[in-house]
Parts: sequence; C-alpha cells; structure tokens
Amino acid sequence: MVVFDKPHSLIDVPLHYCPGCTHGIVHRLVAEAIDELGIEGKAIGIAPVGCSVMAYDYFNCDMIEAAHGRAPAVATGVKRANPENIVFTYQGDGDLASIGTAETVHAAARNENITIIFINNAIYGMTGGQMAPTSLPGQVTQTSPYGRDTSLCGWPVKICEMLSQLDGPEYLERVTVNNVANVRKAKKAIKKAFQNQVEGKGFSLIEVLSACPTNWGMTPREALKWIDDNMIPYYPLGVYKDRSAAKEAAE
Amino acid sequence: MAKLTFKEENCKGCGLCVDACPKGILQLSPDRINKKGHHPAELKNEAACVGCASCAMMCPDCIIKVER
Ligand SMILES: Cc1ncc(C[n+]2csc(CCOP(=O)(O)OP(=O)(O)O)c2C)c(N)n1
Ligand code: SF4
Ligand SMILES: [Mg+2]
Repeated sequence: MVVFDKPHSLIDVPLHYCPGCTHGIVHRLVAEAIDELGIEGKAIGIAPVGCSVMAYDYFNCDMIEAAHGRAPAVATGVKRANPENIVFTYQGDGDLASIGTAETVHAAARNENITIIFINNAIYGMTGGQMAPTSLPGQVTQTSPYGRDTSLCGWPVKICEMLSQLDGPEYLERVTVNNVANVRKAKKAIKKAFQNQVEGKGFSLIEVLSACPTNWGMTPREALKWIDDNMIPYYPLGVYKDRSAAKEAAE
Repeated sequence: MAKLTFKEENCKGCGLCVDACPKGILQLSPDRINKKGHHPAELKNEAACVGCASCAMMCPDCIIKVER
C-alpha cells in the first residue's frame, strides 16, 4: 500500500530550487491540501516575484503571475469575478512584506475570501540575498555585511502580529517546516486556510518560517537549525487570529 | 515490510531526509552521483525501514515514495 507519494496537484517535474530550500516542502503541503479537499479543478493560484515565481510551472491548476507584491490584489479580482473558484497566493517576504505590504494589509482588512501562503525566509532569495524587511536584527546579508543595524534600517515587520490587530482577517497562523513534527503542523494550518475559503469564512494567511541555505551561507542542515535558534525566538509560532474559534468560544 | 523508491535523478543531495530518519538508515551515496552531479540519497538497511515516511515529509523535492 502506498503511504506517501507526490500529490497529484504538484506537477511531476524537477523543481528549480536550491538543494535544501524549503520552498519545495511548502509547495508539496499546498498540493496535498488541494488534493485532500478535492478542489484541484477549482483552484487558481497567483504566483509572486521571487524564487517561487515559477510556482506557475509546478501547481497542477490554473495559475496567474502577478506583478511584484500585487498577488493579493490579483487574487481579489479573480475571487470576486469567480466566487466559486478557490483562489490562493504564494508569496515570499520581499514580495508580501515589502513591495506588497499595502496589498496584503488591505486584502486582510477587507476580509477577502482568499488564502495566502507567505514564505518568510528573512531574505530576498531570488536577487542574491539582500536584506528584507523581515531580516533579523544583526542578520548578515549582502546589503548588511556587518549585520542588520536597526538604528539605520529599522526593525523587522511581523506580519501575523501586525495583521492580528485588524478586525478584518479570519485566520492567521505562523508555522515552520524545519522538522517532521513542524511539517505536520504546517500541513494542518495550510489545509485549514483552504478549508476556511471553501466555507466562505474569509481571509486566511499562513506564514511559514522557511530556509534559504544558499543566501544564508549555510548547509541545509545548519539552515534548519538556524530557524530554531534565531527565527522562532523572534517570530513565535502559533495562531494569531481565529475569528470563528473565538466566536464559538464566546457563545 | 516497507519499501522506499527514490526518484534519484531529481535528488539534490541536501541530506534533509538523512537527518529526518528516526532509524538513521539513510545516507548520501558515497560513491555514486546522479546526472545533476549530486550524491543521491539511498537506504543503507532496507530491512530496518519501518515506512514512517519521515524522510519523504522532509524531502523538498518530493522524490521519495513510501509503501508499506
Ligand atoms: C517591481 C520590481 N522590483 C524589484 C524587483 C526585483 N526583485 C525580484 S525578486 C525580489 C525579492 C524576492 O524576495 P522574496 O519575495 O523574499 O522571495 P524569495 O526569493 O526569498 O523566495 C526583488 C526585489 C522586481 N522583479 N520587480
Ligand atoms: S535562493 Fe534561497 S529561497 Fe531561492 S531557491 Fe535558493 S535556497 Fe530557495
Ligand atoms: Mg524571501
């Protein structure tokens, strides 16, 4: 009996990502959620600008490529015009938390009924490892060779914490995929974010703390440990907002 | 008995499966390379595999199929 195989919603082609890049794990989790909810024929994905730009070649559903950071706006249009479709974006931190911050915040504030998968690897991967708004204080990058200096560059943007202050969004959770137990939790969160849309509940965003071994200058193993040692303390995992659960608890 | 199948040509030799295996029975092949030039993951001890799929869950390239 087959207990594990590539999900049908992930096209059977080699991924272009670097060795040990966790973009691949998250792609698989998204595809598994689409398979398990039986929404492959209804799903429409919006790809970002960033290393995952080629997501449109990997997911076995209709895909649209958005201009840098504008995926939530494109998803809004697609979902409003085709409310019966299940619309998701897949975006990096340079895409979602930098050039696209406005689109992110306002889609959340409007409680658009879309699903957002947000890959926070604390760096601009595709362009060669520049500092992102999400880079940690002191983090060495191509554009902060002595470490991110907060007196000069300010402080990281914490998307889940920030959006949780809005009344709009339905569901916000931060997960990671740096070990098997965390992959299982991430899978559950991503599936819920799609299920919420199926049930018409509204805006769901899952932030995934992700590794970029290449631009962090680490082996894949070291990169997963770096998530534990440095990212999770600054970006705590957990559910930041669950409106339906809060409402049920209040009743 | 469990059976693992590796889509070896797509392996990038990252080693995340090796670390994930609770039985410690995976390795990157010391003497073989694939077309991409990576040392592909392989099972050292087939009989000891319990088919938990931990390796497959951590594989970023989704190259491992698990049967039990
Ligand atoms: C309008 C515009 N500005 C800048 C760029 C250059 N650019 C390409 S990808 C990228 C950032 C990618 O980082 P991120 O979204 O974190 O994705 P990652 O590669 O880390 O997954 C930037 C700034 C661009 N393509 N378009
Ligand atoms: S540069 Fe970083 S984010 Fe991009 S594919 Fe390589 S490891 Fe992944
Ligand atoms: Mg990034």
